[in-house]
Amino acid sequence: MLFNSIPFICFIIGTVFLYYIIPKKVQWCFLLIVSYAFYTIADPRYLIFIGVTTVTVWFTSLKVEKINTEQKAYIKEHKSELSKEQKQTYKDKMKSRRWRWLLLCLLLNLGILCVTKYTNFAIRTINDIFSGAAKLKPVDLIVPLGISFYTFQSLSYVIDVYRGKQEAQHNIFKFALFVSFFPQLAQGPISRYGDLGPQLLAQHRFDSRKLSYGAMRIVWGYFKKVIIADRVVTGLTTLTGSTEYTGAYVLCAMFFYALQLYCDFTGGIDITIGIAEAMGIKVTENFKLPYFSKNIKEYWNRWHITMGSWFTDYIFYPISVCGPMLKLSKWSRNHLPAGIGKRVTVYLSCFAVWLATGIWHGAAWNFVAWGLTNYAVIMISQELEPVYAKFHSRFHVKGKVGYEVFQIIRTICLMSAIRMFDCYKDVAQTFKMMWSMISSFRISTFYDGSLMNIGLTASDYAVIAVGFAVVLGVSIIKARKGSVRERVYNRSPLVFYNLMAVMIVAIIVLGAYGVGYDSSQFIYTQF
Amino acid sequence: MEELLEILTELHPDVDYDSEEHLVDDRILDSLDIITLISEIDDRLDVTIPAEEIIPENFNSAKALGELISRLEDE
Repeated sequence: MLFNSIPFICFIIGTVFLYYIIPKKVQWCFLLIVSYAFYTIADPRYLIFIGVTTVTVWFTSLKVEKINTEQKAYIKEHKSELSKEQKQTYKDKMKSRRWRWLLLCLLLNLGILCVTKYTNFAIRTINDIFSGAAKLKPVDLIVPLGISFYTFQSLSYVIDVYRGKQEAQHNIFKFALFVSFFPQLAQGPISRYGDLGPQLLAQHRFDSRKLSYGAMRIVWGYFKKVIIADRVVTGLTTLTGSTEYTGAYVLCAMFFYALQLYCDFTGGIDITIGIAEAMGIKVTENFKLPYFSKNIKEYWNRWHITMGSWFTDYIFYPISVCGPMLKLSKWSRNHLPAGIGKRVTVYLSCFAVWLATGIWHGAAWNFVAWGLTNYAVIMISQELEPVYAKFHSRFHVKGKVGYEVFQIIRTICLMSAIRMFDCYKDVAQTFKMMWSMISSFRISTFYDGSLMNIGLTASDYAVIAVGFAVVLGVSIIKARKGSVRERVYNRSPLVFYNLMAVMIVAIIVLGAYGVGYDSSQFIYTQF
Repeated sequence: MEELLEILTELHPDVDYDSEEHLVDDRILDSLDIITLISEIDDRLDVTIPAEEIIPENFNSAKALGELISRLEDE
């Protein structure tokens, strides 16, 4: 069931309606049934995968918590008899028991994720290395919808239980709802149990304001997805589907993709958050106007926030502070020049995180190159910070509107260029096409009618331009004055509902569907 | 505490660590700073801060970080 399909819209309306008329104490049970129904409709075979993850993570969390409780009780009981060293030895022993359970759970679930998502990538790589001599055939594997999202979400929970930051949920059905909550199952955000779990289980009274806000957020999501993203994708597919579109076409593809990805992904998240909000459930925000970032580091703090914080908390920090890394840090401080010596561990941990981020985004070398290019740019920017500081103090540009606009445009261009790895068939072709922007750039491409031959008509461009202007305008107001929908609603609910009606009509009239268009799935559902 | 303040000042000389209580929330310290800080603390104070203790509450102020170090020393 596509997120942008009539059956799904009916599914949402039916779910929200029934959610409020059933007894409140069974609201969470209803959500669980609906979530599993949604997943079953997608493909009944997916249930095995999500079922295994749910059961193993839930079971491990109980085991880990039991060992924790045992430890606390023992130390309390023998407090006076145990020396500091004995206490530490006992704690270490219990920690290693907890760790064994956690490790087993991590290996099993990450193993499932790796096998389903990366087997064919490994086969292709082996075939490439041996120049076809290996002749391994790709295998036909099921990749369950949103497997990366629900696996990461579940693992964050069990790691938090292991760390003693989260109490285990003893009711497997309640935990199953956290793993499978249908609005965010397909494309995130990756929520933490402490944020989402209690809300899913709480009883929610009908609240017309929350319902209206949620509905507006859903409509806004569809506006971005159907009017802009699904229209731009037609031109983008033409431009990136053939090597004949070089030079200025590549620049055009770069900005098309920046626009399409933004409207597709943030649109999908708006729909997710909107559905939850309509039922009184607040899902963690995944974006904070990322295209208004002044540098790449800030951009990654505002784009796909929940993924970034997952990688920081569960990969970057543990790697950075593990024993061997701290030893390496000590060694590098004593043996390398002061500046570099202090940052060796940061460089290495960041490398691991960006490698993982790249692979997470796709089973292809393009994504590895994309991740490592991000890494390189962030590290170079980090090293150049003293130079920037000198520049800012000498020219007094910091805080000036003109300079900030320049920084924002620079970041958009940089991120859009790096993202081109995502568009072409391999790394070599990406470099070739990027180089053509310098070697065979023809400015006339923009005005000699060439862009009318890539599957987009003048009316398509007009719709995209209007849609873009609306999104930009709303974003600027949001950045300067806060939530636009709240401001409109507080001023006049009538204007709010009229605006929503206008947007629905715009989606129906201006949305990209019908002959020549495929109702396309959201990009991030493939993760 | 003096040594800790010295480490923090080396990292961001312009911050007033006596009054600042939102070092992480206000993004004065980012994840790269936190790792640099942890390595320095491990090196100079011989206290290892484990990953599970890397939460904003422990790094939002010099005072909170000092308390964390004392707690870890006692354990």
